[in-house]
Amino acid sequence: MSTKTIEEKQYLIRFKADTKSHLTVLDHDICMTKCPDKICTIFCPAEVYKWEGLRMQVGYEGCHECGSCRIGCPYQNIKWEYPKGGHGIVFRLA
Amino acid sequence: MSEKFDVIVVGAGPAGTSCAYTCAKNGLKVLQIERGEYPGSKNVMGGVLYRKQMEEIIPEFWKEAPLERPVIEQRFWMMDKESSVSFGYKGLEWGKEPYNNFTVLRAPFDQWFAKKGVEQGVLLINETVVLECLTENGKVVGVRTDRPGGDVYADVVVLADGVNSLLAKQLGYHKEFRPDEVALTVMEVINLSKDKINDRFNLEDNQGCTIEIFGDSTKGNLGTAFIYTNKESVNIGVGTTLSSMIKAKLKPYDLLDYLKTHPMVRPLIEGGESAEYLAHLIPEGGYHSVPKVAGDGVLLVGDAAQLVNAIHREGSNMAMASGKMAAETIIEANKRDDFSEASLNQYREKLYQSFIIKDLEKYKDAAHTFEHYPQYFKEYVPMMNRAASKFFTVDGTPKRDKQKEIMKSITSERGTIRVLQDMYRAWKAVK
Repeated sequence: MSTKTIEEKQYLIRFKADTKSHLTVLDHDICMTKCPDKICTIFCPAEVYKWEGLRMQVGYEGCHECGSCRIGCPYQNIKWEYPKGGHGIVFRLA
Repeated sequence: MSEKFDVIVVGAGPAGTSCAYTCAKNGLKVLQIERGEYPGSKNVMGGVLYRKQMEEIIPEFWKEAPLERPVIEQRFWMMDKESSVSFGYKGLEWGKEPYNNFTVLRAPFDQWFAKKGVEQGVLLINETVVLECLTENGKVVGVRTDRPGGDVYADVVVLADGVNSLLAKQLGYHKEFRPDEVALTVMEVINLSKDKINDRFNLEDNQGCTIEIFGDSTKGNLGTAFIYTNKESVNIGVGTTLSSMIKAKLKPYDLLDYLKTHPMVRPLIEGGESAEYLAHLIPEGGYHSVPKVAGDGVLLVGDAAQLVNAIHREGSNMAMASGKMAAETIIEANKRDDFSEASLNQYREKLYQSFIIKDLEKYKDAAHTFEHYPQYFKEYVPMMNRAASKFFTVDGTPKRDKQKEIMKSITSERGTIRVLQDMYRAWKAVK
């Protein structure tokens, strides 16, 4: 079967998650008070960002390391680094 | 790792490996640093690898490289909701030597290519992140890695760290990219039997086909979708500028599923099994976004230098060509023992005299034009479809009357002057 949901898509990928997040929301208040759209929760291709009412939850373990959130955050509120060497996403095919 | 190298190459994609391979082949001591578990594990591409620039690094590579299919047909679809206007070219000359291009899967390909570099003497270290360039009096003299005691030194550092180009940003060679300078692209590899691929795409074994899809594939947003045939799978993907994604509040994976279930696309992949899902940015800012590419002790190649021609979906070839030019510059600089910016600027000259910058220059206004005038993707593609439908439907109306009706419907929708302006603007952007 070809996938239908983002959960099914993410399930296809091999990740070697680090214990520490390589993505950091610098100021959760900015998400809360200044950013009604919380657009990162929409355009992130892996649904890493989820708004939980008071703060942004960052599921860095499923990150594709594409960089969209760093560039697309309207408040430059995401500190974006590469995961530790050998960690993070491991593409096997394309 | 306190020893000194002639060259440190950061990244093991096509640009970095082309550079490392060429330097090592010419006797330089090369360290190549890759942050992934293996080369290719962080790299993504739709899947078209061009023969010409690869061959200039490894002649007759097709005899041993892990390739999928030689592309013998390139199709283009202007797609609407339930229709499509298409054109393309199929030529059997592309199916034999010297070939035009191939579909590839990057993880196996990049591993093979990096191994060829190692055979030439490149010291490849995986699972290592370069955190920053080390500088002395403004000159890059090495890199700091995330390994303990991980400072390494070299005469030249080549930044082949990909689209995000964090190291060049740290050096102040470019600012953070804007959302309209990058395209966010997602794709799936869908397993499908060889027979099904051959039947559905009208191919024989060892013949491949690419389809680029405009219009409803991105719901009218600035971008494209693609379907590329591998041996026993197809790569299907879609991308738009990050700015369009933001403006339209699109979820990229929803857009991918919209494409996969589109009535024009679904029959091609029906019954296929998803094998991998991948997301990546493509540098699409073009000519205006190319940063400073040479400095004291440092060069930028490939995506890190934003060398992509989005209109012709060329990127890996520019990566390879730029990697080779950087290597040739370093080899010359090594003979002179001069790694200053003035010396390394030879690379910039090579780049600007080559097809790479000439092509980027040709399309320097294209992205901007199509971003600011969304009618090309949003209105003209459906218009073309309605016109084709009207023209080819036999209903007893004389053809000349049909032509008039079609012209009238186009000009009445947008106004004659606006249509002419649109045509002129588009021609100017790509001429």
